Amino acid sequence: MEWLQGFFADYGVMLAQETWNTILMMLVPTAVAYLVGIPIGVLLLVSAPGGLRPHRVLNAVLGWIVNIGRSIPFVIFIVVLIPATRIVMGTSLGVAGAIFPLAVAAIPFVARMVEQSLAEVDSGLIEAAQSFGANIWQIVMKVYLKESVPSLLRGAAISLITLLGYSAIAGMIGAGGLGDVAVRYGYQRYEVEVMIAAVLICIVLVQIIQSIMNVVVRRVDKRSR
Amino acid sequence: MIQIEHLSKTYDGASKHHALIDVDLTIEDGDIFGIIGESGAGKSTLVRCINLLERPTSGRIVIDGEDVTGYSGKQLLELRSSIGMIFQNFSLFQQRTVLKNVTFPLELVHEKREHREKRAYELLELVGLTEKAKSYPSQLSGGQQQRVAIARALANNPRVMLCDEATSALDTRTTISILKLLKDINEELGVTMVVITHSLAVAEKICNKIAVIDKGRIVETGETAAVFSNPQSAVTRELLGSDYLPGDFDGSAGTSASGTDARGRSASTILADAIDAASNPFVNAGRPEVHASTSEGKPAGRRVK
Repeated sequence: MEWLQGFFADYGVMLAQETWNTILMMLVPTAVAYLVGIPIGVLLLVSAPGGLRPHRVLNAVLGWIVNIGRSIPFVIFIVVLIPATRIVMGTSLGVAGAIFPLAVAAIPFVARMVEQSLAEVDSGLIEAAQSFGANIWQIVMKVYLKESVPSLLRGAAISLITLLGYSAIAGMIGAGGLGDVAVRYGYQRYEVEVMIAAVLICIVLVQIIQSIMNVVVRRVDKRSR
Repeated sequence: MIQIEHLSKTYDGASKHHALIDVDLTIEDGDIFGIIGESGAGKSTLVRCINLLERPTSGRIVIDGEDVTGYSGKQLLELRSSIGMIFQNFSLFQQRTVLKNVTFPLELVHEKREHREKRAYELLELVGLTEKAKSYPSQLSGGQQQRVAIARALANNPRVMLCDEATSALDTRTTISILKLLKDINEELGVTMVVITHSLAVAEKICNKIAVIDKGRIVETGETAAVFSNPQSAVTRELLGSDYLPGDFDGSAGTSASGTDARGRSASTILADAIDAASNPFVNAGRPEVHASTSEGKPAGRRVK
């Protein structure tokens, strides 16, 4: 008990600060990635061969870019983007310097998840919407995006948790956050208790995100009532 | 009036699939026109050509004197707005309330909110589901869902309603109530209906005219009563006798129920003759009443009509 109090006295503030950094590195890039990723996911779906408006060239090019984006190891991504990060964020260091490459790396991942969620919408509903005279915009806004909300939310939970992992990589090259703490204290300084504490906090974060999302999805999904 | 002229639809693929071959049909205003056929015969493809969900490969669709076959863009959307459609699996929007499902077609044409809701409530009253307006489709039974779908299809006052196997997923009692609703709508609102079904019972119940389709071709059309009482085509006859399983179990009789044999006997005649013969145990294997023969050896069972 006494040991625990001592631990918090020494490391409490630092852990709290880095937890907040990690949360920022999860939320902000995910939000940005969805802002950009949803339109891209929609384009991928609509321009696909069986889609509402097939367009082979657009679909191929967009698909390529997304695939390349997902293939590049994130740590290389960060380094390659440093010049751009400096322009956009003003720095390439710390949390601010990590958010930009995290967001850019998350976009292709989110785009594919969105495309997947949209593709799962019952094709009978799309056909019904067409039979009433809906144009492509209306089908996308009123049917695809609306009917896939539960699936999109689940995808968001997955994306957030994936970014937790990515933020640790960013942490290893100076961004801060819990991953950075775990590596610095656990691996480099052999202060294993700190590393364990950081990992435990990560576990709690993931549990909270997943639990909140489960509740939200159950409320929002009108299919299970 | 809908005129379908020399309509063909071929799917290119590994091998060409001729879904529709030279179809000619005329559907008059106010008809409840049935299109009957087995699975894969082409009925769903045919009905989807009417609102151009499928593009014909050749031929024309003429609706009220206008050739709509080549429509696209805004013209096409306007055409579709004037044609309602209901589906076998209802295709209701799961994340929308019943009310919002019904207002959907009205949203598409940018009707004002108050007017949309007023109209939707009118339609829900027509189908008898006003109290379910704020429920979601997952909370409704199959029959109720199809009623919502019908209300939705009527939202824009269509002149034509396409019904693709509308009752195939419903039990008998619900089927009857839905068919009654459709008939009432046809009579009271004057909506022309095109009813796709594989069930003769359904066609016989509400259709005034029918067309029989087989392997992409129309094999027979006419007034329902006439077709049923005097079927001209072999396919129709087979459909009519469809509670009889054609062919012998041992394969000895060369003629199946489809069509007439060399002596011009129809399916039901052949069956009656076979029961009379009653010599082959396999022929009569499934018919216990035949075995309950009298001591004179004549079968006492009932005859198939």
